[in-house]
Amino acid sequence: MTLLSAAATLTLVLYALSAIVTLLRLFRGPRAQDRVVALDFIFMVAMLVLLVLAIRYDSAMYFEAALLMALFGFVSSAALAKFLLRGEVIE
Amino acid sequence: MIVVEAVVSLLLVFSGIVVFSSALGLYRLPDFFMRMHAPALLYTVGTWSVTLASILHFSFATGSLALHVWLVIVLLSITAPVTTVLLARAALFRGRQAGQQDLPEPLASSPAEGPVAR
Repeated sequence: MTLLSAAATLTLVLYALSAIVTLLRLFRGPRAQDRVVALDFIFMVAMLVLLVLAIRYDSAMYFEAALLMALFGFVSSAALAKFLLRGEVIE
Repeated sequence: MIVVEAVVSLLLVFSGIVVFSSALGLYRLPDFFMRMHAPALLYTVGTWSVTLASILHFSFATGSLALHVWLVIVLLSITAPVTTVLLARAALFRGRQAGQQDLPEPLASSPAEGPVAR
């Protein structure tokens, strides 16, 4: 096991722990906006996981997936925030 | 090469620690408006260090500058503040609708009840 793959594994473990902690907030969150923030956070953690996997497996194919994930995370949380604000996504 | 590998590993583990502390902040801070600050750590430091590690690794692996991962930083630095402001406005609006007391006063130029739901 090289240094880089050990570091990537440790990083992925830390990301998994933070996703679990954020899931607790997602389930507990007293109001809807807490849940939206937690969902956005988990989306971004998943994007970082893809970037780390790209380094771990030395492949450039993960980058597009990560970019798409960042885009869809933004779109989904903006739509959810708009829904919380107005009760309607597109008026 | 071992130096590059060590720097990449260090950046990755650093981003892991930063993301974990950000998640802990998201879980443990007592108020929604305090909690909103925790993910900013992930959006800035966490993503920057992973992206720097990626650029370093792919640049030395392929022998040419691989800057395409930079797009992730550019995209996030545009979208993260928009999401944060929208969510803060939604939280303010919902808090005022629910009669929460510890919210800041509405600005003089804005309508007293915030945006009216249609």
